[in-house]
Amino acid sequence: MAERYKIAIVGSGPGGKSAAARAAELGVSHVLLEASPYLSYTIYRYQKGKHVMDEPGVLPLRSPLAFKAGTREAILDAWNEGIEKLKTNVKFSHEVSGIAKAGNGFVITCTNGTTFESDYVVMGIGLQGNIRKLGVPGEDLPYVQYQLDDPDEYEGETIVVVGAGDAAIENAVALAKQNNVIIINRKDEFGRAKKGNEAAILKAIDDGLIECYYNSAPERVDQLPQTARKRMRMILATQNGKAQILCDRIIGRLGATAPRGFVEACGVQFPNKDPASVPAISPQYESNVKGLYIVGALGGYPLIKQAMNQGYEVVEYILGNTVEPADEPLLRDKFKAMPGFTNVTAALEKVQKNVRLLSHITPLQLREFMIDSDIRVPNAGDKICERNDYTNTFFSIVEGEVHIVIDKDKKVTLRKGEFFGEMSLISGRRRSATVLAGNNCVLIETPRRSMNKLIASVEAVKREIDKVFIARAIQSRFAPEASYEQISDIVESAKITRYRAGDMVFTEGEIGDCLHLVRVGSLTISRNIGGKEVILSYVPAGNYVGEMAMLGENKRSASARAAIATETIRLDGDAFKRLVQRNPVLRLRLQAEYSKRTAANLAMQAMPSGGDIISFLIQQGAGEATDILLIDEDLCVRCDNCEKACAETHGGTSRLRREAGPTFASVHVPTSCRHCEHPHCMKDCPPDAIHRAPNGEVFIQDNCIGCGNCERNCPYGVIKLASKPPKKPGLLQWLLFGAGSGPGEAPYKKKKVKEGEAAPEKKAVKCDMCKDLPGGAACVRACPTGAAIRISPEEFPSYAQSRR
Amino acid sequence: MHQSFLTHANKRYLWVGLILLLGALIAYFWHDPIGPPNGGTWLGYTLGSIGALLIFWLMAFGIRKRTYSNRVGSLRGWLSAHVYLGTALLLVALLHTGFQFGWNLHTLAFTLMTLVIFSGFFGVFAYLRYPNLMTRNRDNATRAAMLDEIYELDQNALALADGIDPKIHAIVLRSIERTRLGGGVWSLVAARDDSDSALAGARKMLEARDKKGGQPLTGEPQTKDMPTMFAMVDFLAGKADDRQAEALRKLIDILSRKKSLATRVARDIQFQSLMELWLYFHVPLSFALLAALTGHILVVFFYW
Ligand SMILES: Cc1cc2nc3c(=O)[nH]c(=O)nc-3n(C[C@H](O)[C@H](O)[C@H](O)COP(=O)(O)OP(=O)(O)OC[C@H]3O[C@@H](n4cnc5c(N)ncnc54)[C@H](O)[C@@H]3O)c2cc1C
Ligand code: HEM
Ligand code: HEM
Ligand code: SF4
Ligand code: SF4
Ligand code: SF4
Repeated sequence: MAERYKIAIVGSGPGGKSAAARAAELGVSHVLLEASPYLSYTIYRYQKGKHVMDEPGVLPLRSPLAFKAGTREAILDAWNEGIEKLKTNVKFSHEVSGIAKAGNGFVITCTNGTTFESDYVVMGIGLQGNIRKLGVPGEDLPYVQYQLDDPDEYEGETIVVVGAGDAAIENAVALAKQNNVIIINRKDEFGRAKKGNEAAILKAIDDGLIECYYNSAPERVDQLPQTARKRMRMILATQNGKAQILCDRIIGRLGATAPRGFVEACGVQFPNKDPASVPAISPQYESNVKGLYIVGALGGYPLIKQAMNQGYEVVEYILGNTVEPADEPLLRDKFKAMPGFTNVTAALEKVQKNVRLLSHITPLQLREFMIDSDIRVPNAGDKICERNDYTNTFFSIVEGEVHIVIDKDKKVTLRKGEFFGEMSLISGRRRSATVLAGNNCVLIETPRRSMNKLIASVEAVKREIDKVFIARAIQSRFAPEASYEQISDIVESAKITRYRAGDMVFTEGEIGDCLHLVRVGSLTISRNIGGKEVILSYVPAGNYVGEMAMLGENKRSASARAAIATETIRLDGDAFKRLVQRNPVLRLRLQAEYSKRTAANLAMQAMPSGGDIISFLIQQGAGEATDILLIDEDLCVRCDNCEKACAETHGGTSRLRREAGPTFASVHVPTSCRHCEHPHCMKDCPPDAIHRAPNGEVFIQDNCIGCGNCERNCPYGVIKLASKPPKKPGLLQWLLFGAGSGPGEAPYKKKKVKEGEAAPEKKAVKCDMCKDLPGGAACVRACPTGAAIRISPEEFPSYAQSRR
Repeated sequence: MHQSFLTHANKRYLWVGLILLLGALIAYFWHDPIGPPNGGTWLGYTLGSIGALLIFWLMAFGIRKRTYSNRVGSLRGWLSAHVYLGTALLLVALLHTGFQFGWNLHTLAFTLMTLVIFSGFFGVFAYLRYPNLMTRNRDNATRAAMLDEIYELDQNALALADGIDPKIHAIVLRSIERTRLGGGVWSLVAARDDSDSALAGARKMLEARDKKGGQPLTGEPQTKDMPTMFAMVDFLAGKADDRQAEALRKLIDILSRKKSLATRVARDIQFQSLMELWLYFHVPLSFALLAALTGHILVVFFYW
């Protein structure tokens, strides 16, 4: 007979263990099931000595367990102690494999065969997923491990690394310095890894540093007797039959299974296939399965404190108590600014009633949305955002109106219930217009990340925003003077099309029957000259291509190719031609643009080597940059003054590496942030610490928790985790007394962190384009020879022409 | 777009320098002092003061270079002015002296200044010439990557040699231990090495061996002063079997690849040191100049 509890809690992360502790405190019968042998395995796996941060600072903690910023060890100790003291019923090494509704309760089965019954289930399994093991006999032997903290710990061993992803490659390459490394790859290539890693492993294999078994998979691992020379034997199925490897250690890096499949199998629904979407839950954290509650990162709350608060609250809700959510005071503070404010619930209702876009979402989603957002009550005439700024927040109009300035004497008015800011959000480019506040204006300003999360999770929101985007993009780009009715047939016929980097949008010589307005990403325009594709220009988001075919010429005179992942709005040719006929001003404008482009193309064609430079830059991913550092190696005297300047003005860590990076025709692309249109580093930042400043600088705020996600997500390897170096002496002090390390010199080496000692607090650092220095980029200004410059992709064609 | 310090702001400072020169020349020839032109006339004082101010300002470049958040112009602009006005200084000072040289402190100051300025000329030359050579020599690799590769080649060579013969292994090991990159300043600047011919010699021996159908070679190998290669060739000539000869061939390929990399690294270091080395004259000399100049000014005020 399975044991029965009132509440079964799955996963002992911050959310789960806080729930269990609260239940224990209240004397409610409960069980906490944890897959690993440790409490809060996600945190257990942080790097030794990691400084864990308690963001968001303003949110009060509500949990029977303590939590304040400190080392991983101190925090885990406090939790373990708290769990013990409250006599919480924890069962370790119980991985839950099924949760099924049975009568008015649940049956919970574990992989080790035990089952439990409960009235309610709280799921707090986080997003880390389950580490994939080898899946063969012997996968749990000692010396078979699935994590590697410090590759330098091992020396002189024969180590088998299983896997072909980034983690496997990084481990294998790092281990190969001091060990004999064999890597096992199920496929015949390493295509899944980042480019740099792929190159590194192929080289290591080529050089004979690492031995690779392709198309192979482990079959069995056996322990060898102590007398044998090696600890283990791995039997391998390869293409040519079986092989055996004698080794000392096996490291499996096979990734993790995303928890989504398991969660769906429990009956919980996700709104769509987007991996970023989270299941919809009620304000009481209940999922669509009655009695099954979701807390923590799985429900879309990626920070420890939030998860702990939810754990506490969910137990209260299950017991039928009403607790004011911990974020209530925060919301109250936000809404206070709103005219006629009475209480939070009423204010939230008003928002949903007035703003149609937000009526599609659940009350809990709205709460979270509002926590991230700001209420703004500008005076009539105040500037809300300015044309050409790089800000990317999204605005919803709760009350009143705003005016969009098209040009000096033309304004468009948006009213209560409408929204704006979607252009910058989607295309990642500058604001296309200045917006002024009208009368009685009340706005919600939402940061990019929260908006993107909402778009990913709620289909209706996405649809509505896309529709408005298309209409506005067409109108602002082609027909500011036309009324909506005049363009409605084009808008109806417009379709969003997606391309991967390198895909053809159209090819030279084919019949053109449509026009593309670039919405996300960018295109390159090229012609085939003497059998070679020569790039003539670069088309960033917000611009159109293919207009020539609309002006009479019906064959494409050049090819358009996606420089990076790109979305365009495809406008039907016939509808567009009708618009041109009705609208002579548009015709003139298109013709003017057409002749400008033709002239520019001719200039480029006269100098095909310029096209090579552009293609080189595009290959380096510069197509998604907004601002990129380039060094002319014919001018650079390798003095590294650029790096020194960066380090000196940025807390001692240089955010650029001059030497690393490819070079073509003396144009060198150093390793330095490009301030991408859609910064990859921004996704998965738990405290949402990465933002874009009005001038386009992508920067990391001080509330970074040092989790390293951005470092992994940036494809250009420009983010580092660094601790603050010791203070430097003043220039005179150094000159006269030789105190400390001087300007431009590396700080003196610190000693290694010892076991048990707190590691220095590390945060992610990257180039912020010197946004806080009045003079601008220090690296560029410190280059004595003029070798270093920063430019944006729009300038590539003229840049290429200047290089001869 | 990229712009060199020589063409900064449409060569603004070249023009400033030229105007300064022209002004000084005109004044010098127009001026008709009592007695020969020298530093003691009013024009002498004026030109001397201009020269001294220029020197202080030229020295200030070192400070400006290290105050990274300084907003007064870009460093490129400063260097542009430094170079053009520093060159103009040569003539300004010359006219100041009225060509009155002797064995005294004044002339010492002048000499030091000339040395600083001429070392500056070499610096400009180095800055114009070596970056491009360095880029070409690197051929897209970083120095660290080349060093890594050398290290790997060494390991491979050792492994191969191990399979051939203990003696060869010992020789390869010794040769690896002897390879030093970097080292003293002069060896860096000179950057040469003569094991190329040795490798070629070994390769020739291999070919000769092939021709003779794998028979041991007789006769004296001509590799007198190159111990590594000598031993290898010696070995080939004597007792090597086919498998060993094959491995040796591979070994020689690896060693030649390593050789060419090592040469490139050495050259890379050489270029870089050439671009830095002259500053070790330029800067200390400029401090010496500062001292001598101070002395000069004191002397003329107190003892003139
Ligand atoms: C490197 C790193 C650093 C971070 N630093 C910070 C920081 O400084 N401050 C901060 O606030 N946040 C930080 N975070 C985020 C924080 O770790 C998460 O927000 C938090 O752990 C989420 O808690 P959770 O309870 O939702 O899930 P988790 O903590 O992920 O816990 C899930 C638990 O469930 C268990 N489990 C999973 N599946 C099953 C199953 N089927 N059966 C039983 N048990 C299961 C797991 O073993 C695990 O113990 C960091 C994250 C990372 C990756
Ligand atoms: C404040 C700036 C200066 C002042 C006031 C000054 C003053 C003088 C005077 C008064 C003389 C004449 C001395 C004599 O006839 O015996 C002189 C000569 C000379 N000065 Fe200067 N001088 C200055 C800067 C310089 C500089 C920058 C240089 C070059 C580095 C320089 C190099 C000389 C030389 C070589 C002579 C000739 C010495 C001689 O006559 O034997 N002076 N200076
Ligand atoms: C008396 C005259 C001069 C003085 C006192 C002087 C002084 C200096 C000083 C102090 C530096 C700083 C070096 C450092 O800190 O790294 C410097 C750098 C330099 N000087 Fe001069 N200089 C003089 C003339 C010249 C002239 C005439 C030229 C060239 C024509 C020149 C070219 C340079 C160059 C190229 C640098 C290096 C810049 C860099 O790499 O940062 N200098 N000089
Ligand atoms: S850190 Fe990387 S991903 Fe982020 S903006 Fe810079 S280059 Fe792009
Ligand atoms: S722009 Fe500023 S922060 Fe960015 S690399 Fe240059 S000096 Fe560093
Ligand atoms: S400061 Fe300029 S010259 Fe010096 S290393 Fe950097 S880019 Fe090259």
